[in-house]
Amino acid sequence: MILLDDFMVRAALAGLGVALAAAPLGCFVVWRRMAYFGDATAHAAILGVALALAFSTSIFIGALAVSLAMAMTVSGLSGRGFAMDTLLGVLAHSALAFGLVAVSFLSGVRIDLMAYLFGDILAVSAGDLAVIWGGAVLVLGLLAWRWQALLTATLNPDLAYAGGINPRREQLVLTLALALVVAVAIKVVGVLLIAAMLIVPAAAARPLSATPERMAAFAMLIGAIAALGGLGASFRLDTPTGPTIVCLAALVFAVTSIGGSLASRRSGRAAR
Amino acid sequence: MRLIETRNLNLRLGGNLVLEGVNLSIERGEIVTIVGPNGSGKSSLLRAIVGALAPTSGSIIRAPGLRIGYVPQKLHIDPTLPLTVTRFLGLPRRHPAKDLRAALEQAGLPDLRDHQMADLSGGQFQRVLLARALMEKPDLLILDEATQGLDQPGSAAFYRRIEEVRQSLDCAVLMVSHELHVVMSASDRVICLNGHICCEGRPEIVAQAEEYRAIFGTGTQGALALYRHEHNHDHDHDHSADCNHEHPHEAAE
Repeated sequence: MILLDDFMVRAALAGLGVALAAAPLGCFVVWRRMAYFGDATAHAAILGVALALAFSTSIFIGALAVSLAMAMTVSGLSGRGFAMDTLLGVLAHSALAFGLVAVSFLSGVRIDLMAYLFGDILAVSAGDLAVIWGGAVLVLGLLAWRWQALLTATLNPDLAYAGGINPRREQLVLTLALALVVAVAIKVVGVLLIAAMLIVPAAAARPLSATPERMAAFAMLIGAIAALGGLGASFRLDTPTGPTIVCLAALVFAVTSIGGSLASRRSGRAAR
Repeated sequence: MRLIETRNLNLRLGGNLVLEGVNLSIERGEIVTIVGPNGSGKSSLLRAIVGALAPTSGSIIRAPGLRIGYVPQKLHIDPTLPLTVTRFLGLPRRHPAKDLRAALEQAGLPDLRDHQMADLSGGQFQRVLLARALMEKPDLLILDEATQGLDQPGSAAFYRRIEEVRQSLDCAVLMVSHELHVVMSASDRVICLNGHICCEGRPEIVAQAEEYRAIFGTGTQGALALYRHEHNHDHDHDHSADCNHEHPHEAAE
C-alpha cells in the first residue's frame, strides 16, 4: 500500500474509478435523454454536503441520500405529463441554490466550497478511494447484471413489457446507479461537472460505435483517457483538475464528432 | 388451449374510459383481428394484453409461461443509440449467431445483419420488427397495425408471412388492422371494437352484423366498399395476393 501514499497515484485511481463507472451509465443518460436528470441529481448533492456537515456525518452518505431523494422525485414525476424540461431545469438549479444557501448557514464550520463545486481530486485519501471504487464496482455490477433489460426498456417500454421486463424497475436501477455515481464523483469533479463526466464521454463515443456495447466500451476508454490525461495536464499547467478532465473529454468529443460527420459524408458520397 | 383471456376488462386513460367490459379469449393457432374506428381502444387493448397498461378493473389471465411476441405500431429509435439489426434481434434476450442468421434469412433480409436500424427502409424495418418478435418462438404474436406505411404488395407479403409463421410455430396471432379486405381473408375471427366489443365472429358473419355496418358504413365508406368488392371476388383476391407476394422478393434481391 506504499504506492497509495503518493497523492498523484491516489488521484489517478480516483479519476479512473469515477470515469469507468460514469461512462456506461452516461450512455443510458444520453440514450434516454436524461441529461437534465443527471444535472438535477448532481446539483442536489451540494445540499447533501451541507446536511452532512451540519449533522457531522460522512459527506458520502449525505450526498448519496439527497441525490437519491432527488433522483427518485424526478423519476417519479417523469411520465406523469409534466413539462419535464422545465421541471428539471427548475429542480436542478434550485437544488444547487438551496444547497449553497444551506452551506452558508453553517457558521463555525469553515469549508472550502470550491472543493465541493469543482472537486478536489488531489486531496483524495485512501479511505475516499475505497468509497469511490466500492461505488464504481457496485454501479458497474448493477449495469452488467441488468444490461439486456435496461437496453430493452430504453429502446421501448412496450417491448420490455412484452418480454416480461418491468421498465419501471429498470428505471429504478438507473436512478440508484446515478445517485451512487454522483456521491462518489463529488470529490473528483465536483457537483457542477459530474453531469459532464456522464454525458461527454458517451457523446464522444457515439460516432465510433455501431452497437450499444461498443459505445459503452469506447465511453469508458475516453473517460479513462480524459481522467488520466486531465490529471497530468492540470499538474503541468497548474489548472484545476476537475475542469481540466472535462475539457479533455470535450476535446475528444470535438474530434470524434467532426471525424464522424466527415466519415458519414464520405460514405454518403461513395453510396451515390 | 386458451392462451389469454380478458374478463370484464375496464381501462381508464387520463379520465376517459377507453375500454369497457371487454371479454375476449384467444386460443392457440387462431388468427384474430381487431377492427374499429380511430380512438376505439384497439391499441390500448393490445397494450393491456402485453402488460404495458394495467386494467382499471377486471382481469387479464395469461396461460402460465406464455411467451408474447409484440410488433408495435411504430418504433422510434433515438439517434444517439447505435443499434445494428443483429443486435436489435438480441433484445430482450441474446440468441446464438446461427439463430440470428436463420431469422434474417427467413425474413428475407440476409444481407442486412450489420446495418444500422436507422438506415432501413420502412418495409425492411417492419420485417426486422417481426423477426425480432419471432426470436422467442412466441405462443402469441401481437401485431399493432404492422403494415402501416407498407404498399399493397408489401403488406400482402407481410400477411402471407404471418400465415406461414402461424403454421410453423402453431402460435396464435392477435392483430389490429385497418386493411379490411386483407383482414377479412386472413383472419379466423374478427372482433369489432368501439370501446366495447360490438360484435365478433367469423369474418363473413361480422361483415353482415349491423353493429359492424353501423361503424364502417358511416365512418369509413371506402373501406367497406373495398371489403364488399373483395367479398364478391374471393377467388380473384387469393390469386392476386399470390402474384403480389413475388414482387418484394424480386425487388429485394
